[in-house]
Amino acid sequence: MTRLATRTDLNQLADSLRQAPAAGAAKPQIFVGMSTCGLASGAGKVYDAIAAALQEKGLADHVQLIKAGCVGLCFAEPTVELQLPNQPIVTLGDVTAERGRQLVDELAANGSFSNPLSVDNAIFKKQVRIALRNCGRIDPEQISDYLRNGGYQMLAKAVFDWQPQDVIDTIKASGLRGRGGGGFPTGVKWQAAQGAAGEIKYIVCNADEGDPGAFMDRSVLEGDPHCVLEAMAVAGRAIGARRGFVYCRAEYPLAVKRLGIAIEQARAMGLLGEKILGSDFAFDIEIKYGAGAFVCGEETSLIHSIEGKRGEPTVKPPFPAERGLWDASTTVNNVETFANIVPILEKGAAWFRSIGTEKSPGTKVFSLAGDIKNVGLAEIPMGMTIQELLYDIGGGSSDGKPIKAVQTGGPSGGCIPSIKFDTPMEYETLTALGSIMGSGGMIVMSEGTSMVKIAHFYLQFTCDESCGKCTPCRIGCKRLHEILDRILKGEGKPEDLTKLEELGNVIKDTALCGLGQTAPNPVLSTLRWFRGEYEECLKRGNRPPTYRIDPVKCVGCHACFKVCPANCIEGKVKQPHTIRQQDCVHCGACFKTCKFDAIARE
Amino acid sequence: MATAKHSSAAATAPATPGADTAKYQQLEAFLTGLKVDGADLAGRRAVLIPALHRAQEIFSYLPTEVQKFIAAHLNLHVSEVNGVVSFYHYFKTKMSGKHTIEFCLGTACYVRGAAKLIEKAESMLKAKLGETTTDGLFTLGSLRCVGACSLAPVVQIDGKTYGRVTAEQIPAILAEYQK
Ligand SMILES: Cc1cc2nc3c(=O)[nH]c(=O)nc-3n(C[C@H](O)[C@H](O)[C@H](O)COP(=O)(O)O)c2cc1C
Ligand code: FES
Repeated sequence: MTRLATRTDLNQLADSLRQAPAAGAAKPQIFVGMSTCGLASGAGKVYDAIAAALQEKGLADHVQLIKAGCVGLCFAEPTVELQLPNQPIVTLGDVTAERGRQLVDELAANGSFSNPLSVDNAIFKKQVRIALRNCGRIDPEQISDYLRNGGYQMLAKAVFDWQPQDVIDTIKASGLRGRGGGGFPTGVKWQAAQGAAGEIKYIVCNADEGDPGAFMDRSVLEGDPHCVLEAMAVAGRAIGARRGFVYCRAEYPLAVKRLGIAIEQARAMGLLGEKILGSDFAFDIEIKYGAGAFVCGEETSLIHSIEGKRGEPTVKPPFPAERGLWDASTTVNNVETFANIVPILEKGAAWFRSIGTEKSPGTKVFSLAGDIKNVGLAEIPMGMTIQELLYDIGGGSSDGKPIKAVQTGGPSGGCIPSIKFDTPMEYETLTALGSIMGSGGMIVMSEGTSMVKIAHFYLQFTCDESCGKCTPCRIGCKRLHEILDRILKGEGKPEDLTKLEELGNVIKDTALCGLGQTAPNPVLSTLRWFRGEYEECLKRGNRPPTYRIDPVKCVGCHACFKVCPANCIEGKVKQPHTIRQQDCVHCGACFKTCKFDAIARE
Repeated sequence: MATAKHSSAAATAPATPGADTAKYQQLEAFLTGLKVDGADLAGRRAVLIPALHRAQEIFSYLPTEVQKFIAAHLNLHVSEVNGVVSFYHYFKTKMSGKHTIEFCLGTACYVRGAAKLIEKAESMLKAKLGETTTDGLFTLGSLRCVGACSLAPVVQIDGKTYGRVTAEQIPAILAEYQK
């Protein structure tokens, strides 16, 4: 790898990469998705099998085999994508090593593939890929792949063509809002940092991704690390910073590894470090590890953690842009926020604004998980309804039961009931429903999930993760948790529900940091939309409901007999039926089927 | 070089060096390699968490002696080091069993039934989450979302990921490690 001493070197290299035979115009390409979930599902074996078969058939030089990142079809891992020259790309799911070898055989014999296992294209149709543009399409461990696609050109422009203010103006005009949860306008944040006092400034990329169930930041770092590095360097140029940090959670070893490789390669090529592309602009990036504390995703805590202290938050203001890391101005942005920067600079603010909505321009990556068929990542224009995301892209629930609710925003967010699935997703609309956009984690819950238990689960999480610095969060969440415990045990009192609401609102108003201020959301939102479930729990605790057939009302229509999955209903046609309680699985199918109101639920 | 360094290691290392000597030497080499400026308190603090990560890799946990050793090296107070160790879940102060089984307690795994797996493993191994079995073979622990939610529920044993695990599969998975 030779150092690029000037901008001309960069352009020449990019040109030669594009013209090289490896550029793929003439060669079939096979992409194997090798991110965490792909590898855990056996993508390594598939890759090896394909590589060996290509060797065997003497095709190794004629087909390009690429270790790519994740295309977001996590439910179908391992995935392989096939690109024949001048043909649309075909995505195969659940590929085995055996199937990998077959693919090569087919290619050797016919020059094409038969694809019986192809993944439904509809999943991609409604998506608009900005942050994930390169994920799955390039080899994240080869900087040349990134450069071939126009990589580091925006950094060159920021260094040579634009004034720092031009960059900030474009980002401001684009209306890009922080994708880490808060939705604060990125351009405004950069402007404040640029105007902040002091010679030394820092750029921090927040890759802590603490929301359990969200994995888009991991995917970007594993699939396209350079897009984050380039954006951080551009931010450094615009704001006047010379050092950047990526704060990545320790649970993401592969992301850390690929990020490390990317930084090394960018340094070796003179795209990071001193005298970038021969200019007098210098910018370097280091990786810092988290150590498993959710609160460290909060920016002031994160800063203390980088400083080597306990990751406790401090009151804002001062905001990090004024006084952050080692008391210097620090700009903290999320991974996905950074992933949007280069495309905005490439295509302009007006283009970005043409996607999404007036108040929330652009796209958002959601990670669909839980009881949903197509678990994975989807990048959609803001303003798409929850319904479209769940059914058109997500494919509906995994077990065919109706979807009851979704949870967005993780431990800081809330549950949204199915009657609100026609809501277009924007920062403001989700907040109005008592949830938040958060980082884009979306946990899908089908019929049968207890909302009280979900609220209890999240509070357990916040109790464990509360740093203990402020009383409302440390003690308040504990009390909320105790009340929920009691309700689930069937020992709740009627006044407990008002207590939950009162206490929840006090914590929201008085906690020190975002963790405590949002911790009651899962309880408050489930109380708002699923109060009935709490009331049932007050009556019978977490014990599943018992169903009884009233012999007077039962006409013996036999309908319940037919739907009972446990075959525990007895009775002859036109005679009252009974339920064998010891075999009952409490599914409620009989209750829903009975047209004569003869089944009581206790 | 190793012997010269060893003398200062012995100053804070436990009196009986034994098998741990090599480990302390490894840690010492790492700490020396950090080249922090003694006068720069912020700089010494900034390397504390990386040093603890490295130490845990070497020792598999962070006993008090190791914490003291690092504190002495970075010229930080032990209480500060301990404060950091106790704050972060990732740092362990108890020795683990030969194998570590970790259950993901993230939301996706929770919704997909992680609790049943934990119940099964706890009853089979007669140890609770956070405990080590009496034969020292397994330590049971928990994780917060490893980002492989499509594979929920997820179990990791010594860092190897098992996806879409059912309670029925637990005995067979454990058996791989009981040989
Ligand atoms: C408890 C808590 C956890 C957070 N976790 C994360 C996180 O994991 N990743 C992230 O990017 N932002 C997280 N944030 C938001 C950050 O504080 C900060 O607003 C964000 O990194 C700013 O970047 P953005 O403007 O690009 O979104 C969290 C906030 C709170 C209160
Ligand atoms: S919730 Fe278990 S891997 Fe994400």
